[in-house]
Amino acid sequence: MSVLPCHRLRRLLAEVASVTLGIALLIWSLAPVYNMLLIALDRDEGDIEFEGLIWPPDPSLHSFRTVLTQGYWLVEDFWHQLGSSFFIGLMTMALTVLIGSLASFAFARMRVGKRWVLNASLFTYVVPASFLVIPFSRLMASYGLSNSRWAIIAANVTFAGPYAILILQKYATLIPIELDEAARVDGASVVQVYRRVYVPLMTPALVAVGTFALLLAWNEYLYQYVLLSSTRNMTVAVAIAQFFNSDEAPWNYMMAIAIIYSVPPIVIFYALRRYLAAGLSGAVRG
Amino acid sequence: MSSTPQVLTARPAALHRPRRPSWPRHLHGSELAWAAAFVVPYAAVFLAFVVYPVAYGLWMAREPSLYRDLLRDPLYGRTVVNTLLYVGLGVNLKMFLALLLSGFFMRRRWWIKALLPIYILPWALPAIPAFVSFHWMLIGEEGFVDSVLSALFGIPGPIWFTHRWLALGSNIVAYIWKWMPFWTLTFLAGRLAIPQELYEAAAVDGAGGCRRFTHVIFPLLGTLYLVCTLLSTLWTVGDFTTVYLVSEGAPSYSTDVLATLGIHYAFDAAQPALGVAAVMSALPVLIPIAIVLMRTVHTKEVQL
Repeated sequence: MSVLPCHRLRRLLAEVASVTLGIALLIWSLAPVYNMLLIALDRDEGDIEFEGLIWPPDPSLHSFRTVLTQGYWLVEDFWHQLGSSFFIGLMTMALTVLIGSLASFAFARMRVGKRWVLNASLFTYVVPASFLVIPFSRLMASYGLSNSRWAIIAANVTFAGPYAILILQKYATLIPIELDEAARVDGASVVQVYRRVYVPLMTPALVAVGTFALLLAWNEYLYQYVLLSSTRNMTVAVAIAQFFNSDEAPWNYMMAIAIIYSVPPIVIFYALRRYLAAGLSGAVRG
Repeated sequence: MSSTPQVLTARPAALHRPRRPSWPRHLHGSELAWAAAFVVPYAAVFLAFVVYPVAYGLWMAREPSLYRDLLRDPLYGRTVVNTLLYVGLGVNLKMFLALLLSGFFMRRRWWIKALLPIYILPWALPAIPAFVSFHWMLIGEEGFVDSVLSALFGIPGPIWFTHRWLALGSNIVAYIWKWMPFWTLTFLAGRLAIPQELYEAAAVDGAGGCRRFTHVIFPLLGTLYLVCTLLSTLWTVGDFTTVYLVSEGAPSYSTDVLATLGIHYAFDAAQPALGVAAVMSALPVLIPIAIVLMRTVHTKEVQL
């Protein structure tokens, strides 16, 4: 066999294999999303999922309309719950970025207790989130935070913080320390170095960490379920799971809520994707 | 992802130069006060929401009789096995596939670039709706997966949640689906940081895809891979949402993991101390993992 056809055959095989893998990944990634749409587009409650259909026979936006107009008792607080989710998500994001950047500045730039802070923060993960929820639910009462959204935010910041500090500390090693020196020679105070040098140069990593915190808050369910008992403070995540406890089963409404709930993080994520990639690759290099 | 190469070429020149300390080795006066003030917010969060709850949890689970009760409960032994399988298989499969797929996404084809945002979607999609959807896909003969199987191949699919191993497998698959994209991105970033000359040198020496993987990529990404795997292991042991929403512990609590069992004891069975004891019993495994993680994070080799 001559060399050339063999070489070509191998390239062709590699091409076929990568196209096959691409198609498989496409199906793998989208199948659950398609299933959500399939159920949500159903006009009547609970038909599709009990008849084994794989194509919506009569697609309708009825369930989305019902959710958006709060036209059913299980969805009557939908907008308020979405507001709660937004409040928790955005506050988690802001506080994680603020607290993480302050701490990482102190120990990555000013070298205050560098190892100590990182080790202590990683210690958080020795006791994973779901382990802490039981003592947490008791303690929140003594902090005066029972049934408060701030309890959820505190829990989220607690668990996003160590990862944030790890990423920020790694990324900070990419920024020449001479910049701090130059600023200090020009008479900049500590706060000015932080605000004018550190934060602007750390933007990609800060965005990466903020996105991580937001997605963590949006993904989180357990703490919201355990700590927020009243319907008024309830978030969308808890509201979705409430459908399982109800006797009626309007699954199309539940999937419509689920799809609407999925949109904000996806939009934010894709809008910030470039920063995220830069921040992550910087942190991996650092 | 297209901005990544620019970022990498624009890396600061000072990166590999020996660094002169800019801030004095011992801070004085107002600078020390500022440095302390910067650490205080995080320290406060850490003390109030990590140290105190952990200490309180250990205090709640201090009775030795609790652990005797646990060992006597057949549910507990099965749950430990489930947790080991769920974490062991889930984390390692996910990490290894993510490492391989990050290589796939390095290929310069327009359609692979276009596929990446879709592949990332599971990570951006919130966990609750995603896992509820998985639950409905596998709910039985009428679920989406079995419907597709019978429509395309004419075979009846299994009833996923009536069989322990099938249900456990479903949880693992859903877990991998949700979290693989995040780690693929991390490894992709790690691969992009490997200087192109190394690939070229390996290619000149006649290394094919497999040998390039074992001799160039794995040695260079080894530490990153270890850090990510350890971190992910710690996170996954505490994973409640996947099992709670996908299989719901079905059939009859036989696919519960420690996280769901602890919550079940604490809130359904109203035995919070037993719940804390169940989850704290994982500490002898978690603490060594965390120690290895802390040591690895500080090694120089993480720097590429």
